[in-house]
Amino acid sequence: MDQTTWSFVFVGVTFALYIGIAIWSRAGSTDDFYVAGHDVNPVLNGMATAADWMSAASFLSMAGLIAFLGYGGSVYLMGWTGGYVLLALLLAPFLREFGKFTVPDFVGDRYYSSFARVVAVICALFVSFTYIAGQMKGVGVAFSGFLGIQYEWGIVIGMVIVFFYAVLGGMKGITYTQVAQYCVLIFAYTVPAIFISLIITDNPIPQLGFIGNVKGTDVSMLDKLNQVVSDLGFLEYTSTSKSMFDVFCITAALMFGTAGLPHVIIRFFTVRNPGAARISAGYALVFIALLYTTAPAVGAFARLNFVETVNEATYISDENYEAAATAIIAQGGTPVPQWFKSWEQTGLVGFEDKNNDGLMQIRGPAAPDGLANEVDANNDIFVLANPEIAQLPGWVIGLVVAGGLAAALSTAAGLLMVISSAVSHDLCRRTLFKQMSDTTELRVARVSAAGAVLAAGLLGLFASQLGFVAQVVAFAFGLAAASLFPIIFLGIFWKRMNKEGAIAAMLTGLVSTFGYIYFFKFGGGTPEQWLLGVSPEGIGFVFMWLALGVGIVVALMTPAPSQDIQDLVEDIRVPGNRLDHGIADSGMHPIDNT
Amino acid sequence: MSESAAKTDAKGYWSATLRLTATLLFIWFACSYGAGIVFRDFLDQFSIGGAPLGFWFAQQGAIYFFVALVFYYCWAMKRLEKKYRVEAQ
Repeated sequence: MDQTTWSFVFVGVTFALYIGIAIWSRAGSTDDFYVAGHDVNPVLNGMATAADWMSAASFLSMAGLIAFLGYGGSVYLMGWTGGYVLLALLLAPFLREFGKFTVPDFVGDRYYSSFARVVAVICALFVSFTYIAGQMKGVGVAFSGFLGIQYEWGIVIGMVIVFFYAVLGGMKGITYTQVAQYCVLIFAYTVPAIFISLIITDNPIPQLGFIGNVKGTDVSMLDKLNQVVSDLGFLEYTSTSKSMFDVFCITAALMFGTAGLPHVIIRFFTVRNPGAARISAGYALVFIALLYTTAPAVGAFARLNFVETVNEATYISDENYEAAATAIIAQGGTPVPQWFKSWEQTGLVGFEDKNNDGLMQIRGPAAPDGLANEVDANNDIFVLANPEIAQLPGWVIGLVVAGGLAAALSTAAGLLMVISSAVSHDLCRRTLFKQMSDTTELRVARVSAAGAVLAAGLLGLFASQLGFVAQVVAFAFGLAAASLFPIIFLGIFWKRMNKEGAIAAMLTGLVSTFGYIYFFKFGGGTPEQWLLGVSPEGIGFVFMWLALGVGIVVALMTPAPSQDIQDLVEDIRVPGNRLDHGIADSGMHPIDNT
Repeated sequence: MSESAAKTDAKGYWSATLRLTATLLFIWFACSYGAGIVFRDFLDQFSIGGAPLGFWFAQQGAIYFFVALVFYYCWAMKRLEKKYRVEAQ
């Protein structure tokens, strides 16, 4: 069987599995639909959280990004894992004890204000929609790149699959498909990584190969890599051009943003109690760390391998690769590797012979021989081409395709839950039609999930034309860090925090971060104008402190919240103490824990 | 609330939780922002295997510490819940 057939087989089998799970786990109540009945095993929830969290970007792009950025890529590694420590210690168990369905639920009830709830809904929708556009685009790219199906049809197929398990099963369906998707994606990621680690360092564990020596020598892999890239005029791999303060801020914005992302937080509403929420965050982090500690190894190996096999190789434009390659080897030259030729058709790698010598020069900005760079490579190529670089059989490539789709679909589904529950629960049930019955709400929830799938698909279609997906992800993290994290944190740890302070803090974070990122991404701002030298990616962290400050000052100048609310905050700090509280629970009683 | 909850020392439990949280967040900060970013150049003079130590913390070590921190937190919170007789469900 050839590669494409294998890809179809794997994608077909995994999709059938997802649909099967969707039918098996239909939701019967709003409890099932929003929070999977509060009864998900912590280990399984950890897996589902990991799949929810690791998107097409983590799976396909991150290793390549690190390969190019070297030490600078650390911001993603620390930023996208360290947030789970904040979640476990500061948010998850308390929000679970609070016992409602969504993030705006907490904000609206804790701050006894429909206005605060609506602002939180806006933040949640904004964050989720920017994020989901990238996922749908990833699905379209995977289909068009590997299966030869048109981009638009790829998105339609992805939408139908997600529609099935999100609309039928709600959170319950999503949870169990995410567990399956995690298994697919982690297997697809680690198998090629193990082989490429064996090839380069002779160590089967990529995390150890990363700090080991190059196979058959006593030179460490990283020293070799530093040497190789700096000889070509690139920055040393273990260094960065970013300022220390900027690295600090970007890492922090990603960490606090992770902790404030609604689709991650709601996963911790699905377990039985606060203790389970804590341990579940631990398992989620283990499952995420498996991929996140492998990624820097893959990045470094791939960079080294890429430079060593492609640089100064003789390009082959001939149709007959085998014959041309044999001829070049006979003359003592090195032919361009075959995987380069096969990926060239996708446009992910490209070669332009600027000095007409027939050889492929890879050069950095400070190349000592002054030659121009002739090879362009997309970040995504490193993970995608790994199986071929390591000369693994065709089915491994099919596996990687299925893994990439699993990563994109699982994240998209989690985001869809946030969007549909924000509309059906927070806007319809809790703000507009307070008398709505549970059955009606479930129906509305399904309809809004269906609407959200459609909207996401359309966004995916337009995203391909707009091409700013990578840019707007900075919005998602910045906004989550600056607008949602501060008020959730203060809502738990500071009893005195009131409605006025919360609204002021959310609006401060939202407006300042949105304005700053918009100005520098779309409004023509230049790096010289950065506030304190902080890039738009890291500004969420700076404005988070501003929002915290504004919130505290405004709260101190306005009346304290009622005794009832203060008692509520004391209750959620201690597991098993949650009682019914008049104001906060007037619209809806907390979920019975027993 | 059941009768055993009457003996619950909620205040003591909360202040012990805060102390634990602050300690763990200090370590969280030290192993990532500290070792991986601020003191990275200093730590790079040492190495772990073939990797400069500060660089290793930023790309691997911090993540291992994060995992250990969360599991320690779970274990320590269980102990606090017993000690202050907070009702586990």
